[in-house]
Amino acid sequence: MMDVSLPSRLEGIADKLNGPNTLGNSPAFWAAFAAGMVLMLAYPLVQGSYAAGQFSLFLVYGLLALSLSLIWGYTGILSFGQVAFFGVAGYTYAIVSLNLGGAFGQTVALPIAVAVATVSAFVLGYFMFYGGVRDVYVAILTLVVTLVLETFMAQTAGAEWAIGSVQLGGFNGIPGIQNFALGVGGASISLSGSGFYWFVLAVLLLTYLGARMLVNGKYGYALVAIREDEERTAMLGYNVKKVKLAVFTLSGALAGFSGVLYATWGNYMDPSVFTITFATIPIVWVTLGGRESLLGAIFGTIIIERLRLWFSVNASEFAIVFVGVILMTSVLLLPRGILPGIRDIYVFVDEHGVGEGIDRGRETVQARVRTLLDSVGVDVSETKTPTGSEEVTE
Amino acid sequence: MTSGLSATSTLTPLVIGDLLGALDSIGVPVTQLLQMADSIAFIILAAIGLTVIFGMMGVINLAHGEFIMMGAYITTLSVNVAGLPLPAAMVLGALGTAAFGAVIERTIVRRLYGRLLDSMIVTFGLGLIMTQGARIIFGNSLQSIGTPFGNVPGYTYSGYRVLLLLAAVAVLVGVYLVFTRTEFGIRARATIQDPETARTMGVDTDRMYTVTFAIGSGLAGLTGALYAPSATIVPSMGQAFLVESFVTVVTGGSTVLLGTTLAGGVLGTINAIFSNLYGNFVGQIALLLTAIIVIRLLPDGLTGLANTVRDKLGERQ
Repeated sequence: MMDVSLPSRLEGIADKLNGPNTLGNSPAFWAAFAAGMVLMLAYPLVQGSYAAGQFSLFLVYGLLALSLSLIWGYTGILSFGQVAFFGVAGYTYAIVSLNLGGAFGQTVALPIAVAVATVSAFVLGYFMFYGGVRDVYVAILTLVVTLVLETFMAQTAGAEWAIGSVQLGGFNGIPGIQNFALGVGGASISLSGSGFYWFVLAVLLLTYLGARMLVNGKYGYALVAIREDEERTAMLGYNVKKVKLAVFTLSGALAGFSGVLYATWGNYMDPSVFTITFATIPIVWVTLGGRESLLGAIFGTIIIERLRLWFSVNASEFAIVFVGVILMTSVLLLPRGILPGIRDIYVFVDEHGVGEGIDRGRETVQARVRTLLDSVGVDVSETKTPTGSEEVTE
Repeated sequence: MTSGLSATSTLTPLVIGDLLGALDSIGVPVTQLLQMADSIAFIILAAIGLTVIFGMMGVINLAHGEFIMMGAYITTLSVNVAGLPLPAAMVLGALGTAAFGAVIERTIVRRLYGRLLDSMIVTFGLGLIMTQGARIIFGNSLQSIGTPFGNVPGYTYSGYRVLLLLAAVAVLVGVYLVFTRTEFGIRARATIQDPETARTMGVDTDRMYTVTFAIGSGLAGLTGALYAPSATIVPSMGQAFLVESFVTVVTGGSTVLLGTTLAGGVLGTINAIFSNLYGNFVGQIALLLTAIIVIRLLPDGLTGLANTVRDKLGERQ
């Protein structure tokens, strides 16, 4: 849908990209966005191919984060199952591409893998949404599905667990997946290092712009309406179940595509993608970055993954503790995430000037700290009603 | 509850052995029944703490598995390090976890009432910290305390596991009595139904939430304590309970005891049959499929079905 960049239609596309459901809509935002893209494009030239290869994993994860942002941030459905579709697609890609072999096999494997993830999401989503499963139950079911997949893949170590010539390999997983490639025989390209980085960056950019068009379009309004009040949306004549199923399937497909890229990035797939820890990580990215912001999800991913990489090199046993702490503090102190916070500050300072902005910031920090101390201290509570203790947001 | 358990325990293996022998001689498939009882007990005990907190407060505690792990750790350490007798160590495990739960409710969960998904995420983060914290502090595993009582005479089946079923029943009865027959139970249920009115009637609702959360945590700790002698004590041991407990909550529906009991019975039977025939993994798949089918057919879970049946029979309006 993005290939129609003819001058006559540019205006229309810009209209579709901007809207109330995304944070940055001003020319200033797009200028900063373009500058950021130039920096991202130049990254391999400055840092070299190896660093770019490392960084491309973060971008692959960014795609997974986008899928969660759509389903959770915009539609209000918390899915622990994005990693399930991610893993299913990765495994499918490994099995198909290794069985067929060569660039052609990989080219065929890509759509098959994404299709399998999409169909899985559709089937699970159908049973959940048309079965009237809602709220926490969706979160629990998706989590259970993921954990059961882990149990399944972990016990496939025996020789009888083979599809075609590929052993599923239990805990050891499937090694030897080739770098990402498209084409047939001589007319094919294989991507690694900088090439893979640029490819993933392009995929992420297109997905981001596509997602912006989606959420700012008519469909996006329906998604947000469902998040805010499901009953009312149904009353207004929307087929809520259908919309939820559609967006769940779409985000399953995105997660699946991300899983394929992950498999080709690391050249292996193993059951660790279905573990409870890995299932949490996308939620951490999106919570930190801002769940109701597409760009926030990507930012959160890059920040967290950079830090996780640092921890795994310097203090590996504290990496998971760190993830847990980030998760807890960001929900408690920054319920809307970093990027929406920055946007709020920018808008406030823009309207009221810097001096007043600093005052306001100090007050907010004081208020937050006071609430925190209250809750830790020995019952300083006035009348805290558990049902209505929403964070004070402005 | 646990002290009563220890009083009967010296007699139990022998009595149960005789009883089972008698049943076997009249053609009852005792081995299969034992396995089923085992599954049912496991599912009820795995889920009870979670369902109390969810049913009474509407909060899903995703650190539930880690609370179970905590109960098992306190029990094991009390026996191994402090040299306490096992029943005392189990009580300590349950109480210690309850106290921890009370602190967590006061400091964290309290601030997230009404933000259901957020409270899930925060408790998830807590679970990660607890698992890894246990690993950092105590290493990759603890030396396990042996399983008491040996086998049921005449069967290759641990007598302790029979006791676990009794413990599961005792826990259900205990929870039922606490929430229906005590002053606290009535106040707690009033708080859940209508906090505003409860407060005007002089109920300290804040305290009710804290105590209910502590009870739920304590029950999770008790589960850990009860399984400590027969499980491998590792930081991630709580995860072994996760699938079963969540499936039970989903299948059972919102009424705590009825839901847990019905779901425990149905799921335990299904799990026992499929695990015996095809192994653990198929057992879990069967649980998951059952949960999905139940939800597809009965949006309010088994509780909803039970209520409909009761309405039809006209026992109540």
